[in-house]
Amino acid sequence: MATWKKLIVPIAITPILLLLAYGFKTNPRQVPSPLVGNSAPPFALSSFDGGTTGLEQLRGTAIVLNFWASWCFPACFEEAPALEAAWRAYKDRGVMVIGVDIQDREADAKAFIERFKLSFPNGPDPQGRMSIDYGVYGVPETFFINREGKIHYKHVGALTKQMLQGKIEEML
Amino acid sequence: MRGSMFQVGGSKLGRSGTWHPELGTRNSPTKGSRMRNTFLALLIVGVVGVWLRPAVGVGLEEQTQLLAAELRCPVCQNLSVGDSPSEMANQMRELVREKLKNGESPEQIRAYFVSRYGEWILLAPKRQGFNWVAWLLPFGAILGGVGVIGFVVRRSVSRSRAPGDAQLPPLDPRYASRLQAELKEWGQ
Repeated sequence: MATWKKLIVPIAITPILLLLAYGFKTNPRQVPSPLVGNSAPPFALSSFDGGTTGLEQLRGTAIVLNFWASWCFPACFEEAPALEAAWRAYKDRGVMVIGVDIQDREADAKAFIERFKLSFPNGPDPQGRMSIDYGVYGVPETFFINREGKIHYKHVGALTKQMLQGKIEEML
Repeated sequence: MRGSMFQVGGSKLGRSGTWHPELGTRNSPTKGSRMRNTFLALLIVGVVGVWLRPAVGVGLEEQTQLLAAELRCPVCQNLSVGDSPSEMANQMRELVREKLKNGESPEQIRAYFVSRYGEWILLAPKRQGFNWVAWLLPFGAILGGVGVIGFVVRRSVSRSRAPGDAQLPPLDPRYASRLQAELKEWGQ
């Protein structure tokens, strides 16, 4: 009975401590996407300049699919020049950069595109269907879709030039 | 055949109550038994109603709200899609409504959101695998607590009983005579 009494406190506390340690080890902001490694959900995007683009017509092309908003400061502002630079550097090597503007006003979105002189296709997601289909829970989020149409990697937060370069090279 | 009594095979039987061996009848139901029966009937109707509720007679709006309440709002802090006023939650509610309209079942819609966001999107984890810990731990903790309380109460009761079980020392003769005197005084 005495041994049992001595053991009862450590037995009760150990699982709680283990659970806390596990909780501290994980990043509460990082939610792993079940889409990574699987086929990218199909989409058809009408861009602000009147064109349309979709996954089906881009088969065989590596895609950088970036979800952004003009109110997303500073992360979207920081990554916009890097995205434009990557587009210019890789557009002739079978890479497509696509911007999806979510939960935004059209005028603000167009002003953002103009401000950073973005030349890659950008379009709105007015009903949020595309962002929900991709499991987006904030901006900016970027999906790297390989030539086979599978999601190679998902990045949450602002992209850097090095990160973009590294992930695009992995897909080529 | 009045009230609650009715004739079966020549004997009178009450709708409830106890069998009376001498009369060969059941006693007519008392007010208490009638109340008990009514309560039981209401309980059964309530349980069956709650059980069947998601399956039948639930309107599109109500079903949308029920499903939205199960989904975590991705841009909020601990709010369901049903409770959040955010644009994203609104878009998700719209999508749920549209999917229901198109004839998708709640299970299919849940599975769709899980396939996009992972199980994280469900406010209540699925009852499977390691998730059972989250479901059963609170009950385990309650049972453990009840066990500890029971143990402590039993121990304290047995301790308080212990002196009574022991033999009392013989009464001091001085107090015995004084007790007798006082009892006489009180007329006992």
